[in-house]
Amino acid sequence: MSFINYSSREINCKIVYYGPGLGGKTTNLQYIYDKMSPDTKGKLISLATETERTLFFDFLPLALGDIRGFKTRFQLYTVPGQVFYDASRKLILRGVDGVVFVADSQIERMDANIESLENLKLNLKENGYDFEKIPFVMQYNKRDLPNAAELQEMKTILNPKTSPDFEGVATKGIAVFETLKAIAKLVLVEMKRSTAVR
Amino acid sequence: MAGPSLIMYEEEFNQINKVLEKLTKEANAKIVFLVDKNGQLISAYGETKNIDTTSLASLTAGNIAATGGLAKLIGEKEFSILFHEGEKDNIHISIIGQRVILVVIFDHRSSLGLVRLRVKKTGDELNAIFSKLIKKVEKEPQAASPFSEITDEDIENLFKD
Ligand SMILES: Nc1nc2c(ncn2[C@@H]2O[C@H](COP(=O)(O)OP(=O)(O)OP(=O)(O)O)[C@@H](O)[C@H]2O)c(=O)[nH]1
Ligand SMILES: [Mg+2]
Repeated sequence: MSFINYSSREINCKIVYYGPGLGGKTTNLQYIYDKMSPDTKGKLISLATETERTLFFDFLPLALGDIRGFKTRFQLYTVPGQVFYDASRKLILRGVDGVVFVADSQIERMDANIESLENLKLNLKENGYDFEKIPFVMQYNKRDLPNAAELQEMKTILNPKTSPDFEGVATKGIAVFETLKAIAKLVLVEMKRSTAVR
Repeated sequence: MAGPSLIMYEEEFNQINKVLEKLTKEANAKIVFLVDKNGQLISAYGETKNIDTTSLASLTAGNIAATGGLAKLIGEKEFSILFHEGEKDNIHISIIGQRVILVVIFDHRSSLGLVRLRVKKTGDELNAIFSKLIKKVEKEPQAASPFSEITDEDIENLFKD
């Protein structure tokens, strides 16, 4: 649910990073925060437990540049991945324009990935969205680990609708910006489409 | 998928800013700001220079969302007013017309009673503006949207480093 301000000539969009606990959502935002120049980013806010697990959300506002004289601003959020924080996840999805799913490639986390993806579909539905239609990008994270599952297997299980997908190592920044660009693009294209139809 | 749900035009934006300015003065507040329920800052007025209004907006919306969740759990619709008292500064948060969140930050130069009183009046004024805005958005042809003419190239250009 974007916000277009014709007076200040700004477009605001909300992107949510979703996925199982410890998958690397917060790490994605931290890397983006570290690499963006100060004039394009705001503060990174992390509401986390003492052990650095996301408790409510992380939030990072970015200014990406102009389109047709409008400043485009993206607000990145992560959800808490741990299963019992479901009420918070549902709240954070409100008003979302695009979703990045950060999957944990470790073979023993495959069930957690599947469960989290199902949970995303349900929570989108409860917020009035359709998973089939929302801009969506998949990131297979932690590709550096020896116990990573076969890529093809992950694709088949987690990305049957073949959304744009990337093999990432968030701690090293691999595919972090590719993922962000891909979702930002999808969101803008969807905004264009939805205004054209009306 | 739902299209852009919040659209702001110059006319209403100016009206909103005037209302916020008035509230800041009449309530002796330090800062007044307006946020949509998803955490987007709509406008801010007052001593905003040394304060991160974007973060404030996002956390306010998170706060309202969380207390809204609590309300539901105990069978309430929502808590329409929140008040946080600090040593020097206090925050008064209220939901206006179930749409937007009005935040007033004030110190000893004002009082909770005064802020409450002024916020109530401001709420009615803001409600009137937003109702008008919504009608206008429904009527206005989308031709004015910056997106109707956007090209793939425009989008591509955003990401050139
Ligand atoms: N080896 C490796 N470790 C990673 C990678 N990405 C993240 N990690 C590590 O995984 C742990 C969890 O990362 P977070 O980013 O906090 O995970 P999260 O998805 O935000 O977790 P929750 O907040 O609980 O939902 C941290 O110790 C990271 O350093 C990666 O690509 N490879
Ligand atoms: Mg996290």
